[in-house]
Amino acid sequence: MSTAAALRAKSVSLNGVSIHFGEGAHAVQALDAVDLQIPAGQFVSILGPSGCGKSTILNAIGGFGNLSAGQVYVGDERVHGAGPDRGIVFQQHTLLPWKTVITNVEFGLKMRGVPARERRQSAREILEQVGLGEFLHHYPHQLSGGMQQRVNLVRVLVNRPGVILMDEPFCSLDAQTRLQMQSMLLELWAALGMTVIFVTHDVDEALFLSDRVVVLSRRPARVIDEFSVELPRPRTREALTDPQFMRLKRRSLEQLLEGPRQLSAHRQAAASESRGV
Amino acid sequence: MNTSVTRVLPSALSDEDELRAASLPRVSQSTRRTALAVLGGLLSLSVWIGLWQLASVNDWNFFFRFENIPAPTDVAAAAADFLTSPKLAAHVWSSVRRIFIGYGVASVLAVGLGLLIGRFRLVSHATLPALEVLRPIPAVAWIPLAILLFASAEQSMVFITFIGAFFPVLLNTIHGVETLDRRLLHAAITLGAGPVALFREVILPGAMPSIVTGLSIGMGTSWFSLVTAEMISGQFGIGYYTWEAYTLQNYPNIVLGMISIGLLGMLSSSLIKAAGRYFMPWFKPNGGAA
Repeated sequence: MSTAAALRAKSVSLNGVSIHFGEGAHAVQALDAVDLQIPAGQFVSILGPSGCGKSTILNAIGGFGNLSAGQVYVGDERVHGAGPDRGIVFQQHTLLPWKTVITNVEFGLKMRGVPARERRQSAREILEQVGLGEFLHHYPHQLSGGMQQRVNLVRVLVNRPGVILMDEPFCSLDAQTRLQMQSMLLELWAALGMTVIFVTHDVDEALFLSDRVVVLSRRPARVIDEFSVELPRPRTREALTDPQFMRLKRRSLEQLLEGPRQLSAHRQAAASESRGV
Repeated sequence: MNTSVTRVLPSALSDEDELRAASLPRVSQSTRRTALAVLGGLLSLSVWIGLWQLASVNDWNFFFRFENIPAPTDVAAAAADFLTSPKLAAHVWSSVRRIFIGYGVASVLAVGLGLLIGRFRLVSHATLPALEVLRPIPAVAWIPLAILLFASAEQSMVFITFIGAFFPVLLNTIHGVETLDRRLLHAAITLGAGPVALFREVILPGAMPSIVTGLSIGMGTSWFSLVTAEMISGQFGIGYYTWEAYTLQNYPNIVLGMISIGLLGMLSSSLIKAAGRYFMPWFKPNGGAA
């Protein structure tokens, strides 16, 4: 990381963001007045049931798709479209199949006009750092899923984005590769310090990685819970059995499985049952 | 696309990386398979030629009248004459030159236009309706108009080869752009690609497999159209040679002309395919690349 330019982490804020798709009777509301303030350099996970609109939030921050209401700011600037200050990592890798590993990683630097020697050097360094030094000239289809996703991640990070948006990036990997990727991501984050917004439906993953977890409701998505994870860093697998971890996990699961409204109804029913019969 | 493959591997999963990267094609097995395929091909070919020889020599008249059909040995004799005569080079060169110009111009225009049509709705709306009307018209049907359009027969024949190649290349290029994975475009945009870079770095290479398919099909249709045009309005050219052989009742040369057309078409198509493989080492036709 030494020779590359320093990274300036950026804050992200969503002010009353609503998004709906379609029109008239077929309109579907994906986001309902979401407010979210994320300080620069924080690692935030967005947790929610499948299909709740988690990806829609990332698209809004990334600058794809139109807001129905509200504003998104990254740093001091209002978001109007996609830009290289916000790197996006999708669930399935989006490496260009016709470029080798190193030319894929160089791509963003090339687009910004960085001279060939310099960008090759930066790409090589970051690839070596994530253990892919021997695969610089392979094509993406010659790599395993875990390696593809590693290349995908460093292709974004080599540009030193202030924010990275990750959309369930590890969910198609096998369990062991996934754990390796999580640790690697934390190392890179510790070294670079960018803001990370990480979307997942996996509670363990969210708690293990994040400073803060935001829980969304079912569609239309609203923020129904939000809490800090104050486990010490650097985190190890021991964090997974920490009492705080267990408590937050139970809290997240309750929110995810039942949601606040159903939860309270359930409790009332249980209470009346114990009183009556 | 889900490319994960279940592997029967009891060992640790981290080994998978090395295994996958180190797996090399098994050379000995694939060469043996190629050799067998070539041998089988030659065998089947010689059986059919043998049958043809029998039919011609014995004047079989069973639905097909073989009495006027030259035997393979006659054709071989004619081929030996033809190969040593200066006429060969003149005929082949005329045809190849027409292909080179007509097909070349068609490819450049069709790829360029196809990229724009696939990418910009405005261009698509402005051009596609007219192109859709012209597309089903066979190149042969253009011949009378081509003769009126151009001053010389030479130009009209080149135009016919152009027509033959243009539509397959165009349609495949459009298809290639339209079926491009949109996430690749999004990823490239977030990495800072502008409109020009997007064309050069993502859209053109992404559509390339489909373009090569179009170029290969176009090569075939281009020869097909050229031969027809040469038969009708040509002087020199391999199609003209074949038709001339018929009018002069020089029957072995008809077959010789046909075989030459087949070989030239096959050769040029395989050149296109080889070029495609050379320029797209990343592309795996079975199963895709992503």
